[in-house]
Amino acid sequence: MIELDNVAYSYGGGELLSELSLQLAPGSFHFLTGPSGTGKTTLLKLCYGALRPTAGQARLFGTDVREMDRDAVALSRRRIGVVHQDCQFLDHLTLAENVALPLTVAGEPISAQDQNLRELLGWVGLSSRANALPPELSGGERQRAALARAVISSPEVVLADEPTGNVDWEMSQRLLRLLIELNRMGVTVLIATHDLQLIRAAKSQVQARVLRIANRRLQSAGVDL
Amino acid sequence: MSLHTLSALGRGDKAADRVVPPTGFTARLTLFVSAAMAFLAVFALALSLAAGRLATSWGDELARASTVRISAPVGQVATQTEAALRLLQQTPGVASARALSEAEQQALLAPWFGPDLPVSDLPVPQLIEVTETSEGYDAAGLRLRLQAEVPGAVLDDHARWRKPLVAAAARLKMLGWVSGLLIAAAVGAMVTLAANAALSANAQVIAVLRLVGATDAYIARAFVRRFTLRALSGAAVGTVLGVGAVALLPSGGETAGFLTGLSFRGWHWGIPALVPLLAAVVAFAATAVAARRVLGGLS
Repeated sequence: MIELDNVAYSYGGGELLSELSLQLAPGSFHFLTGPSGTGKTTLLKLCYGALRPTAGQARLFGTDVREMDRDAVALSRRRIGVVHQDCQFLDHLTLAENVALPLTVAGEPISAQDQNLRELLGWVGLSSRANALPPELSGGERQRAALARAVISSPEVVLADEPTGNVDWEMSQRLLRLLIELNRMGVTVLIATHDLQLIRAAKSQVQARVLRIANRRLQSAGVDL
Repeated sequence: MSLHTLSALGRGDKAADRVVPPTGFTARLTLFVSAAMAFLAVFALALSLAAGRLATSWGDELARASTVRISAPVGQVATQTEAALRLLQQTPGVASARALSEAEQQALLAPWFGPDLPVSDLPVPQLIEVTETSEGYDAAGLRLRLQAEVPGAVLDDHARWRKPLVAAAARLKMLGWVSGLLIAAAVGAMVTLAANAALSANAQVIAVLRLVGATDAYIARAFVRRFTLRALSGAAVGTVLGVGAVALLPSGGETAGFLTGLSFRGWHWGIPALVPLLAAVVAFAATAVAARRVLGGLS
């Protein structure tokens, strides 16, 4: 679904990532780890077309990112759910409207979304907060809202960048369980995190591959954990 | 993108409108500037149209009419007038020639000497009104013949003082149109600035929309629609006020001069209705261009 083939990326000066290859197969569960500043976020951005590789090839659903125009990238985002560490919302819209935003921008009628939206809010435990504005939400609520927003359009892949960075252990367990549930429904999941405890907790519940970025390259780290 | 945007404009999209937060202050400024510009545009239009009318009337009516003045000793006026009329009637290019009656001459002089002037007792020159055919006559030839046959006759074909006036009126008309263009350009510049400000103030909104899969066209539409409607409604208010102000200008009545003629005539009253539409078109284009440029620069 998402393939990186010998990809390199450099920000102006030196290379941040090089000779990096990655394949996200349908239904797989990946962790991406490594110290801060090694390029986890950059790698995720390469995976959803926000950045284009400076060398090598990145393919989203079989299409080379370099051949995709801005609209094609936008349309591919409807098949890729993204959760950021500091997730941003439209602060003047309610939580429910924010969660439904991917459907709204895809031009789907609001009435058709209703049932789906209610179920989804129930699933992430935010039914009672549906009419709250994003600035009124706690860190954990924001993360769960971001996850709900990322999956409302039934994406094939969910990319999460430090989804548990701003929440306590309890909440990160809860988010992890939601992501594992998604994966059991067939969604491909890639979580970037530096939290090794989270990875260990996941390993007992799901068949996860752990990738580590070190020395600008991607290494398989499954055996070490 | 533009066609999409255009169709969405007509249809209206509540959900798309909602994704961009409302901005009170800049919205009011855009409205105000559109209204002010539309007000000025109505005056520029009135000026252009009035100047155009003036140029046409001076050009057409005065060009077709000329005057022969007969100043002769009292006893010879009648014979010379007759001779001049005969000569004029034989001149190719003259449609008709008619000696003004005493009453008409008195009416012409009344503004200067009052109505009680006994014109017949004074050595007032006799005037002959000459109307030309559309081809016109040869003024130099006529002048020579008059000189030979009617020594007291002087031909005044109005061209001498008409030409600079017609030129001035045409120039004034052009100035009016240039003002109109400048006003349209100023509206475009203002909307571009406001749209750029709105786009950068809403950088976070745009980033979120991109993240959840909104296309550039969708994002641009939300801004374009907003600014187009603001320019349209602001300009509509300004146009109504401008037309009202023009309608309330005191009319000069019979002796309408240029200043009192600064108004619309007949179907010309419909032309200002185009001002808000034009403002909307300019705002639409300016916002679409600004949005495309800003969005194109984002990842």
